[in-house]
Amino acid sequence: MVDPRIPLISERLREIRRVIAVSSGKGGVGKSLVASVLALTLAKKGYKVGFFDTDFTSPSSHIILGVSNIQPEEMNGIVPPTVHGLKYMSIIYYAGDRASPLRGAEFSNALIELLAVTVWGELDFLIIDMPPGISDATLDVLRLIKKAEFLVVTTSSRLAFETVRKFIDLLLELNVPVLGVIENMKMTNSDFIRKETEEKGIKFWGEIPFDKNLEESIGDVERLLNIEFGKALERMIGEKIDLN
Amino acid sequence: MHEWALAEAVIKTASQIAEKEGLDNVSEVNIRLGELQQVDIEIFKFALSQLKAPKLEKAQFNIRRDEAKLRCRVCSYEWTFSSVELDEEAREAVHFVPEIAHAFMKCPQCGSPDFEVVSGRGVWIESVKGVKRHG
Ligand SMILES: Nc1ncnc2c1ncn2[C@@H]1O[C@H](COP(=O)(O)OP(=O)(O)OP(=O)(O)O)[C@@H](O)[C@H]1O
Ligand SMILES: [Mg+2]
Ligand SMILES: [Zn+2]
Repeated sequence: MVDPRIPLISERLREIRRVIAVSSGKGGVGKSLVASVLALTLAKKGYKVGFFDTDFTSPSSHIILGVSNIQPEEMNGIVPPTVHGLKYMSIIYYAGDRASPLRGAEFSNALIELLAVTVWGELDFLIIDMPPGISDATLDVLRLIKKAEFLVVTTSSRLAFETVRKFIDLLLELNVPVLGVIENMKMTNSDFIRKETEEKGIKFWGEIPFDKNLEESIGDVERLLNIEFGKALERMIGEKIDLN
Repeated sequence: MHEWALAEAVIKTASQIAEKEGLDNVSEVNIRLGELQQVDIEIFKFALSQLKAPKLEKAQFNIRRDEAKLRCRVCSYEWTFSSVELDEEAREAVHFVPEIAHAFMKCPQCGSPDFEVVSGRGVWIESVKGVKRHG
């Protein structure tokens, strides 16, 4: 018996040049904010960008983007609506603001379903906001999206990095491209994260300071791009990312 | 799952299977379709007839429906999807992402959302039959 959804996935992703999974292993380090602002910044530079929130049990990117009352269109599949220049896909179109408690296999099924039906069309970048953890979502993205590259977010904390380190080791072991590491919510001068990252032979993208203006900018895209958080990320993107 | 996307998936996969098994002409594609997918069979069949690929022109698509049964992981109660009353919004959501059932349904006995889908989930191509290529 063959699951026909799986062969369709590669077809759906065919016209996407780069897929960047913003991930960490660790929760609460700023993945969703980095993913959202990364996607917005790339779109602002003129790239065609898709944004996929795969945190099905606790999606948050729609809050960051200030999205409400939109639905995808049905056209030989599901065509994601365009939000602030991004083709935006999230489980919220279906679950609304209800909790969707999913176990591992159920998460996989939902991910397969959405990857198989979503018609992204031609994109320069597909940015994926990943849920925390090293298990289901990571393994599924590795299995289903062969061209995914990982951008890893951590805080300065040695506790956060303890998990992030294992996450990076797993990716390296599997020969998955790791684009770089971003140190978020930086408050001290410690170079612990930079050193650890470079020792692994991975690019240290830089630091994003703890930004006290961030909270009040959530939901306001223009503000997000203009506060320290957005500016710091924009500099990194300018230096570290292009279509190749 | 969306009918047209599903039809596209089935055609693509059946063509791949035919290729792998060296079939020139496919006469039959046997499909098992989970009820939880909430697929409109008429639209699905129409989509299949419109999308036919070269080797599948004469193929007959046999669709077997698989009843959706659920079992509570907390109290082991079992029930069928069809016995549950869902509003239009919920049905629509489950149609696109069947796992969303977990956001809309609870165990009728104990109220837990921690249930498993025992049967009736997913779409499977059970077999592809046809005439083998010569030589
Ligand atoms: N540079 C920063 N300065 C100040 N606050 C920040 C910064 N980065 C993130 N935050 C705050 O930290 C919290 C977590 O951010 P976010 O939701 O993006 O993390 P996450 O890694 O996606 O979390 P989860 O693992 O739950 O998905 C948010 O409240 C956010 O506003
Ligand atoms: Mg998040
Ligand atoms: Zn129960």
